[in-house]
Amino acid sequence: MNKNNSIGLFVKTLPQNIFSGFVVSLIALPLCLGLALASEAPPIAGVISAICGGMVVAVFGGSSLTITGPGNGLVIVLLGAITVLGEGDPLQGYYFTLAAIIFSGVLLFLFGLFRLGALSEFFPASALQGMLAAIGIGILAKQFHVMLGITSVSGSTLAQLAAFPESVKQLTSLSTEQLLAPVIGVSSFVFLFLYARIRNPLFHLIPAPMWVVVATIALSYYYELVLQQTQPLDPSLLIQLPSDLVQSLPSPNFSKVTQFDFWGVVLSITLIASIESLLSIKAVDKLDPLKRRSNNNKDLRALGLASIVSGFLGGLNVVTVIARSSVNVNNGGTNRSANFFHAFFLVLFVLLFGPQIQRIPLPALAAILVYTGYKLATPENLLRIYRIGEEQALIFAVTLGVTLYTNLISGIGAGILATFLVHLFLTKGLGLFSRNLLKPNVLMYQEQQSQTYFVSVKHFCTFLNFYRLKAKLDEIPQNEHAIVDFSLSDFVDHTVMEGLNDYRDSFSRKDGNFEIIGLDVHESVAAHPFSVRRFNPVPNLLRLGDNFTKRQDSLRELALDLGWQYNPQVDQKSNGIDRFLFFKTRQFNFTSNRLTSPKKTFSFFDLSFSEGIFIAKEDLNSSFLLIESPLPLPVFVLDRESFLTPLYQLTGIEDLNFEAFPDFSKRFFLSGEDKKAIQAFFTKEVVFFFESHPVYHVESNGKKILIKGRDRSASVSEIKALLSFAREFYQILEKQGS
Amino acid sequence: MAFTKLLIGFAFSPNLRANIFEATRLALQFDAEILFLHVGEKTTQKEQEFQQLLAFIPQAPKKQSVIWKAGSPIDVITATCKKEKVDLLLLGALKRENMLRYYLGSIARKVTRKAPCSVLLMLHPSIERIPCQHIVVNGFDSPHTLHTVEKAYEVAQALKTQKITLVEEISPSEIKIAVSDDKSLRKATLRKQKLNRQEERRVQDILKEIPEAKKQGVKTQSQSIFGRRGYSIGHYARLMRADLLVMNAQEESRFWHRLFPKDLEHILNEIPTNVLIISPESHE
Repeated sequence: MNKNNSIGLFVKTLPQNIFSGFVVSLIALPLCLGLALASEAPPIAGVISAICGGMVVAVFGGSSLTITGPGNGLVIVLLGAITVLGEGDPLQGYYFTLAAIIFSGVLLFLFGLFRLGALSEFFPASALQGMLAAIGIGILAKQFHVMLGITSVSGSTLAQLAAFPESVKQLTSLSTEQLLAPVIGVSSFVFLFLYARIRNPLFHLIPAPMWVVVATIALSYYYELVLQQTQPLDPSLLIQLPSDLVQSLPSPNFSKVTQFDFWGVVLSITLIASIESLLSIKAVDKLDPLKRRSNNNKDLRALGLASIVSGFLGGLNVVTVIARSSVNVNNGGTNRSANFFHAFFLVLFVLLFGPQIQRIPLPALAAILVYTGYKLATPENLLRIYRIGEEQALIFAVTLGVTLYTNLISGIGAGILATFLVHLFLTKGLGLFSRNLLKPNVLMYQEQQSQTYFVSVKHFCTFLNFYRLKAKLDEIPQNEHAIVDFSLSDFVDHTVMEGLNDYRDSFSRKDGNFEIIGLDVHESVAAHPFSVRRFNPVPNLLRLGDNFTKRQDSLRELALDLGWQYNPQVDQKSNGIDRFLFFKTRQFNFTSNRLTSPKKTFSFFDLSFSEGIFIAKEDLNSSFLLIESPLPLPVFVLDRESFLTPLYQLTGIEDLNFEAFPDFSKRFFLSGEDKKAIQAFFTKEVVFFFESHPVYHVESNGKKILIKGRDRSASVSEIKALLSFAREFYQILEKQGS
Repeated sequence: MAFTKLLIGFAFSPNLRANIFEATRLALQFDAEILFLHVGEKTTQKEQEFQQLLAFIPQAPKKQSVIWKAGSPIDVITATCKKEKVDLLLLGALKRENMLRYYLGSIARKVTRKAPCSVLLMLHPSIERIPCQHIVVNGFDSPHTLHTVEKAYEVAQALKTQKITLVEEISPSEIKIAVSDDKSLRKATLRKQKLNRQEERRVQDILKEIPEAKKQGVKTQSQSIFGRRGYSIGHYARLMRADLLVMNAQEESRFWHRLFPKDLEHILNEIPTNVLIISPESHE
């Protein structure tokens, strides 16, 4: 691509990036305020770091779709830093911490410069999960009380957890007026939980946290303007912004640079910031519809720079954040300018809506944080890890426990130690590791005839030396065929298996092929408890087949009536379904309840997929119908024309309209690359067919047609309607073909 | 012929019988003389025991003799090799307990470094003949490589091996591009392809210089591998289940190299299969 071309593309996609940046800023504003408050820093500090992050990383970053700002993971570290360095005075602590943030920015920049992005590979997967859970519990424990309107609880995470019953008991002694704060908090929390259930596109245009913020601001106006009362909440439960932002910029206090504590803080901040950022970058890469690979080290450099700037301006650390990034992907962001615009809109918000922001009640923000904390520490995670292996659950628990009792650094240290001890126990001795740790155990070559990349791993492969294997795997273009052979190694751990699973996903996304061989030998040695369960977690989870639900019974009967085949099993293979445009920004999970016609022309199935990640994640289940087309088709997407369509056009997705069928064009949203072919395909008959039938999401990939029902599993009568729709459509196609 | 005079040091160990069978068989195949060397006191009991063993050999090589000499094993072996103009020294590797891994004893390792001639490290000498089907040879960019490859073909002819794979190693430092995103990956891939072609050409040039007679009946392949020099070739040989790995002798072996192992040291640390180290001086 030449330069002119890329500038053209940049300009062309600008509207959709501005739009996406705007939506992201809606979720970013409440999160920034909340995360800063949770760290006991002034609320504006969070917004400053998001603004610095957006501006700096958009220019110097190395990834395309990531959004940067204050991160969840850092809350606990920063809170600790402000408490330790401030010695009881949060404001002084904040000034000292700003200095620490600046130094950690420098360290992060150096990490990136010396390509130390790989450092985060040395953390075992389960220990990392344990650490994240501990962070989640830390946030949850503190904010639970604030959500109930109580700001006086302090102390260690465990003490705060122990104070839960006390805080709940206090509620009973409150007057009706005082109850407003806990009511706001709890109802916000309930709303966040239910948000994903409400499937209204307009409603979902504004992220849940922003709804909470808007609703609570509206409530405060209601009291003031309609009831003519003063704001009923205690001022200590409202956000305070400095009256003059530029004048009141704090200055970092460097007087503790010579102290040991200070550098401990700098190190922990840097460590957590780099881990959180790298994990997020990796996760966002998986979502990128354009399948680009991020430059981790360049991103680390940019994040370091942004943190330095942010520290000087009174902001928190800048890291890559996962939930906001996934919102960006879902709203059509295509390049770093979306990150920039998210920062830009944050500036606008702070400048224009300062008074409104000061009406946001803390319990509402706390509810958002409690929800975030819950998502980090969700029991599902522990369950998932337990399924991989009991020893993994042990590592998880050790990391979690030690982190809660002491601090993050000791926690992750304990996690690493626990993992290593577990490995020693499983391999029955130190020899395997001590003899072979420093040996370059990975061989890669491209087979001269088949051009297949072959990677062989010797001795052992665990979190200790996974970086060597990764370095080799990263050099393989992901649209090629790669084989990883473990037949010469004695031990492969869970971190590696999980990492390889990621590689397999990204290879298959890019139409490559990634195979792992040589592991079946190991099961008998019992050195591989991880791999066996790693790859098929879902079927065991659902245990289908034995106990049919009512719907499954009727599906089976329907199949009998039609002479079709019915298979209730969960299938994690996408069989190419995830290549349809619908799944460009959505993650395919699995299909189940598959009905197949005898000649396999029609197949019906329920499909589970997710949108977004982390707190922005929504798991969905829909029914789909797949038709093998009897003739080659143009690639197109057809859906109901909705009030959102003008918005789509704003974001660069074009709606094709036909002059000959104004009514059809008005009702339907149609898009595709090859306009002429599509125009030729949509004959009078086809148009009439679509006009006279219920509207489904219909998509063609050239060979197959995917028809999607509603945003939930279809009932049996809906399935019948879907089938007859598909059959009639098929007849029209056959007629066109002949 | 590949080698004319073989020497094997022996001690009275459970492996002795297998070692002797293997050594005499090799001498037969190479049509070479064989010397048995024992470092230690000569006693009649020992001599009788050894002669009994020799009597079991199915077919004796054209000339065999036994030398008994006391002294430090390393010095005695190297001195004898020089004095007798031995051109191939046979050494047995030891197997690690409970594991399919082999290594050299400290004496054998020192002998390997000091030997004035080519050295064959035998992994699992056996009484029955195990055919040698696949030889892997290094194609390193070194002045000695041509000689090594030629010797490998001679050995292949003598042992009736059908397949030789020439392996050239491309070290990561030659690629010079660190892969961090799509662009650098494309660049690195192109650069690798270029290096691959260069290496391929170099190897083909080497092959051209080998007389046709020596190449007859042997299927030749070449393969570029990416990895650290000297180490990855062992890994490759093991992965391919090669029966013999032929390597250049180390030009020099200093203390420094033992701390930070170079080419051969990697192989000596962890013997992947039977290894034949070709000494440049053994060239007439």
